[in-house]
Amino acid sequence: MTAHESVGTKERRRRRSRVLRRLLRNRAAVVSMAVLAVLGLVAIFADLLAPDDPNKVALVLRLTPPSAEHWLGTDALGRDVLSRVLVATRVDLLASLQAVGIALVVGVPLGIVAGYWGGIGDSLLSRVIDALMMLPPLILAVVVVAILGPGLSNAMLAIAIVIIPSFYRVVRASTQTASSELYIESARASGCTSWRILWRHILPAVAPPLLVQASFSASVVIVAEASLSFLGLGARAPQATWGLMLKEASSNLTTSSYLIYPPAIMVAITILALSLLGDGLRDALGRQTTDGR
Amino acid sequence: MNSRTSNGPTPEPREAAPTLSVRGLTKVYGPRATMLRRNAHRLTAVDAVDLDIAPGTTLGLVGESGAGKSTVGRLVLRLIEPDAGKIDLLGTDIAGLSRGELRRMRAKATMIFQDPYTSLDPRMPIKDSVVEPLLVHGGHSRSERYEKALAMVRRVGLGDAHMERFPYEMSGGQLQRVAIARALITDPSFIVCDEPVAALDVSTQAQVINLLNDLQQERGISYLFISHDLRLVRLIADEVAVMRHGKLLEKGDAVRVFEEPEHEYTRELLAAIPGRSPRSRRFGGLAGCDGETGTADLRQEVA
Ligand SMILES: Nc1ncnc2c1ncn2[C@@H]1O[C@H](COP(=O)(O)OP(=O)(O)OP(=O)(O)O)[C@@H](O)[C@H]1O
Ligand SMILES: [Mg+2]
Repeated sequence: MTAHESVGTKERRRRRSRVLRRLLRNRAAVVSMAVLAVLGLVAIFADLLAPDDPNKVALVLRLTPPSAEHWLGTDALGRDVLSRVLVATRVDLLASLQAVGIALVVGVPLGIVAGYWGGIGDSLLSRVIDALMMLPPLILAVVVVAILGPGLSNAMLAIAIVIIPSFYRVVRASTQTASSELYIESARASGCTSWRILWRHILPAVAPPLLVQASFSASVVIVAEASLSFLGLGARAPQATWGLMLKEASSNLTTSSYLIYPPAIMVAITILALSLLGDGLRDALGRQTTDGR
Repeated sequence: MNSRTSNGPTPEPREAAPTLSVRGLTKVYGPRATMLRRNAHRLTAVDAVDLDIAPGTTLGLVGESGAGKSTVGRLVLRLIEPDAGKIDLLGTDIAGLSRGELRRMRAKATMIFQDPYTSLDPRMPIKDSVVEPLLVHGGHSRSERYEKALAMVRRVGLGDAHMERFPYEMSGGQLQRVAIARALITDPSFIVCDEPVAALDVSTQAQVINLLNDLQQERGISYLFISHDLRLVRLIADEVAVMRHGKLLEKGDAVRVFEEPEHEYTRELLAAIPGRSPRSRRFGGLAGCDGETGTADLRQEVA
């Protein structure tokens, strides 16, 4: 490693930190990052944090309101609500990572290939994606789950299919924009392979809008998990997810309204944090590309 | 000196195999006619053009905007596919090259673009942009590549510190020097320069032109120098070709074309050069330079 290479990495770090600095100047983004960090820690240490076994049934304790013993009360089977909501955080965050991950792995290569090469492949693919987008998302997810069978993993696969089109579109559009740039023609004129052009020139141009899309989509996934589980198409008892807890709370709503708040608040906080982070990222990265010129 | 017939050691006898030889080059844009669609929207951007460039010399390709100059530049490197014509580049008929062969050819024949602000990847530090052609053509270790890039960046008049910068941290003139370093790093024999200085201010234009001239003398490179600005062409071209509406109107030795233009359109172009009067005829210099001293001034600016 020669001297100028180490300077180079320092330079790159400095540049990346410029984006970070802009992000840090946005108070809403900072708060949402902090919230997401806490949620992440909760997800990782859920087992340690949970005061009780989230699946321990105690029928004598059923539907006891919040007390010193059970801070958030117990549900219809006498299970500790606090423990369940903590463990549900892990399940929900992992599930949304899974759905966003699948959508990225499928949507990004398709979008890049369609946007870069165009032609018949692009027209066909874009038709299919348009058709997918015309269906109401929840109905599409319900149909997919009906085909695959219920369960959290299948529900996440269904949601991934629902959000693939938005990734595809973002990637395809920004690939098209980048492809018409002179520096792409310059790369071809220097003898770069298509692979290198896609990997080193197009993908970095596509990454910022993709990151923004990913954080918005993650919040959509959280809501979708809740909806599908509520409809009995997602996670199944006795698993603890926010959606399933909402469903169980709703059947005892008149007698034990306290049950609805923990999962509802968790869902609200998570989607708010994710979409505020998306806004912040969009602003921080957006300004970067404009002051480049 | 208004032509470069006295240029260095390079000009070889005309009989030497040409660097570039183009016959009947044609490019038509727009949808092809079908049974339902007539040819109404087709545009012949390049129409049966013949060109030759001898080793170590510069052909200036001039013409108004939309004449098809850039299209010719892209065609001769097969960055776009011609509809008709034969292109012999560095002794090879490039129509027959496979994609891989064509890619390897780009080490020896490449292009510099008009707008240096957009022809370099804004997300890559300068050193990576300069190194890239060497990297993709292989054959050098990592440290050799950076050594060469550094030497090249110095040769075009930039400092070591520029290597670490990003394009948005540099001026247009500096960026065009980077683009030149990037084009030259694989030691090419032929470069298409598509209005390489049109985006720069006048004094920077002169410096970059002189750099191109010096590099040509050092390395015996051939240029296809595209411009709509005859003052610039005059500083660099050995031969001149005049284009309009896709057709070649006139071509010949630069001195001859400037002194005794054959075609009416060429005369119009020459008459349109600002500050050109019978007395400064011998040198249609750049703004701020006039008469015989023009080139000398330009040389000084580089030093
Ligand atoms: N990809 C394309 N599709 C359709 N028409 C094109 C395309 N590229 C160029 N043209 C047309 O071909 C003609 C020649 O274009 P070209 O860019 O070669 O002109 P030019 O001489 O380089 O002009 P300028 O001095 O403005 O750069 C123009 O009329 C242009 O509109
Ligand atoms: Mg042009």
